[in-house]
Amino acid sequence: MTASTTTIYRARRIVTMNPSRPEATHVAVREGRILGTGTLEELTGWGAHVLDDRFAGKVLVPGLVEGHSHTMEGTFWRYVYVGFFDRMDPDGKVWPGTKSIDEVLARLQQAEAKLTDPAAPLAGWSLDPVYYGSRRVSRHDLDRASTTRPIGVLHASGHIMNVNTRSLELAGLLRKGVEHPGIPLGEDGLPTGELRGPDAMMPVGPHTGFDRDVLACDELGLRNFAKLCVRKGVTTAADLANLLPQDAVEMMSRVTAEPAFPVRIVSLRRFINLTPRQFIERALELRAQSTDRLRLGIMKVVADGSIQGFSARLRWPGYYNGAPNGLWYVAPEQLRETFELALAHGIQIHTHTNGDEATELVLDTLEAALQKHPARDHRFTLQHCQLADAAQFRRMKALGTCVNLFPNHHFYWGDQHYAMTVGPERATRMNACATALATGVPLAIHSDAPVTPLGPMFTAWCAVNRRTASGRVLGEHERIGLADALRSITLGAAYTLKLDGEVGSIECGKRADFAVLEDDPLEIGAESLKDVRIWGTVQDGRVFSASEL
Amino acid sequence: MSAPVPVTIIGGYLGAGKTTLVNHLLRHAGSLRLAVLVNDFGDLPIDADLIEARGEGVISIAGGCVCCSFGSDLMGALLKLAQLDPAPGQVLIETSGVALPGAVASAVRLVPGFALDAVAVLADAETVRERAADRYMGDTIEGQLAQADLIVLNKLDLVTPRERVDLVTWLAGRAPKARVIEAARAQVPLQVLLGSGVGNGSARQVGNLRAAAIQPPEDAASLYESVSFFDMGPLQVHALAQELARPELGLVRAKGVLRDAAGGLKVLQVVGARYEVTDAPGSPRETAGCVCIGLKGLLDRSGLDRLFERAHA
Ligand SMILES: [Zn+2]
Repeated sequence: MTASTTTIYRARRIVTMNPSRPEATHVAVREGRILGTGTLEELTGWGAHVLDDRFAGKVLVPGLVEGHSHTMEGTFWRYVYVGFFDRMDPDGKVWPGTKSIDEVLARLQQAEAKLTDPAAPLAGWSLDPVYYGSRRVSRHDLDRASTTRPIGVLHASGHIMNVNTRSLELAGLLRKGVEHPGIPLGEDGLPTGELRGPDAMMPVGPHTGFDRDVLACDELGLRNFAKLCVRKGVTTAADLANLLPQDAVEMMSRVTAEPAFPVRIVSLRRFINLTPRQFIERALELRAQSTDRLRLGIMKVVADGSIQGFSARLRWPGYYNGAPNGLWYVAPEQLRETFELALAHGIQIHTHTNGDEATELVLDTLEAALQKHPARDHRFTLQHCQLADAAQFRRMKALGTCVNLFPNHHFYWGDQHYAMTVGPERATRMNACATALATGVPLAIHSDAPVTPLGPMFTAWCAVNRRTASGRVLGEHERIGLADALRSITLGAAYTLKLDGEVGSIECGKRADFAVLEDDPLEIGAESLKDVRIWGTVQDGRVFSASEL
Repeated sequence: MSAPVPVTIIGGYLGAGKTTLVNHLLRHAGSLRLAVLVNDFGDLPIDADLIEARGEGVISIAGGCVCCSFGSDLMGALLKLAQLDPAPGQVLIETSGVALPGAVASAVRLVPGFALDAVAVLADAETVRERAADRYMGDTIEGQLAQADLIVLNKLDLVTPRERVDLVTWLAGRAPKARVIEAARAQVPLQVLLGSGVGNGSARQVGNLRAAAIQPPEDAASLYESVSFFDMGPLQVHALAQELARPELGLVRAKGVLRDAAGGLKVLQVVGARYEVTDAPGSPRETAGCVCIGLKGLLDRSGLDRLFERAHA
């Protein structure tokens, strides 16, 4: 296909998200952009064309937009997957969930048997012992896979790692008298091998293969991430907390510019190691380096920690199990200066807030900053914002912020939120998608991959059903409809990235970005939304079949 | 194995004077090779006249000192410092304004080759009470104070004598275990804040302390006095350390290399209410001694005499 050729795709159904023409059977594409949708007769008016029937039996929806993920998801697949739930890797292989500690061990042993270098580390990820009963995993469990090579297995939450005896030995931690709140000791006075929190994990990181350098996404990881995007129908993905040193920017620009790179990456630089002024200067520099498939210049600030890690900042009455309040990762003064400078320079900020106290601080701070620098379309976005209540959504509306909620949490940790972290009532309001929509706050929903698997259709299913892993519907009044959920993973997410004029719907002038589906999400029913089969994508008019990656 | 490098953590909220304190310590480091770890180089943490060279992530400072940024990887930064040749004599970690220094101290304890010396938290005399009542930051500020061994109550030149008394009383309620060091413009004698300022832990160094303890390079030093004990026989070192940590003695810091009842040499360290007794590195034949530093007029000299007398094994 040359650039100026017009291709008209026929489809079983095209769901456009264009309010003026919500459905069509054909879409015409030229130069990677959409000429229009309609009937074949209508579209032939654009002149000479090629009629492409390959999607005749398929359903096209706007290319899905993942509004909060991390390209690191692509890096993790070089480790052994030992999650409880089935999960698809970048090559399309679905790894069955490991349903017991024995199954976890069996998978690690299999991987271990394939290693030829006797000193090579063995790393696993996505362990979730909460599903294996109350017994904690210990170094003795992992020693069953090897006593001679270091083994480290990262938990699904990313906050805890289990290691074997050899790892402790290499890190100098196999001794008595280790004194750290994140390193529990066994009856023998030695660490059990469970390491909680980044500080406790850090000494073993270099030995187990979880190097900080590896975790910052490399080239291979970026390519693998892109493959996963195609398999999940994603054509635009936000990479939410990169450090974006210049060499990474150059690598990402080069790789994303390759003719066969299938996804538009929106990479946000995280606020760390810089003053607010330098942070905004860097935003302007990054913005100037944006390309078609690498969008730079939106910035990320992290205000607090996570709810399941008890490091999120909660308002009264705090954690349900009485845990002390969480941690601030930014001072209000820094937040204020950052917001003011950002508004003054037209830089968009996405702020991670999990607890409702962190959300309140961000709203207070933005309100004051807007007094000083009124900005009509700032689209500051609250990321996760899991515990916001109705009053906070009303403030968001008044202040013009968007919200990107995290419904996947209900499935993976909803039962723990109900029983332990925030208790029954607040667990039902977590990720209050229906309230956000009713209040008129622009809504996106996300996976935070690799924390939960990339897959906007699954995220939409979570928002529609709010089902926990045990089957409980958690917050039935916050469920949203299918159409709203689909909008949230397309136009809704695009809006938070200021890309809604370019992607997120299938209409004239926009990028030819489609998710190509085997099943019709509007017909398959809310229960089965997560099971919609995905053929692949069209991105900027380029066709990517998942089976041919 | 050589002696672990002592690490002093300098915490406190934004604007309390952490950077001023770090620069003050660098200016008075003398022959002590300080390595300063700061969260970031954002607001240049080192006074320009002290800088010899700037590199990627490292600032070289006059007198063989260095300053490095650690960002999100404090432990990695410490491990890098361990590779420096010659090794630093003391590490200072300047935490971020919202960090809880206790967590930083726990992390330091995990890194081989380093030992926690003290957690010093700065409090801005003008604003600390207001900050501690802040709806968002209050518990963070209180946590910082509660985790301190030493609280540097800074900017006292900006409050009235009456306010000063109130503040000290208020702090005693917030951080009953910490010793309060009063300061203006973060002028605190090196020996009060840094264990290595009173010797590097070797017996010979402590033997030379008579001359070194509390040199008066600045006015601030005149607020302190020290007592040294030498040429003692075997002592009950643990019991002594425990006693020295009691608040009634007016002691801010003590450091010594002492012979215990079994004849082995032990390093004794007391910072505020925290004490530690470890095996002394090096030859066990060297002479032993102990230096105690406290606020002038408040240090209970005769009480100390009695303690050391009683400690004889
Ligand atoms: Zn994230």
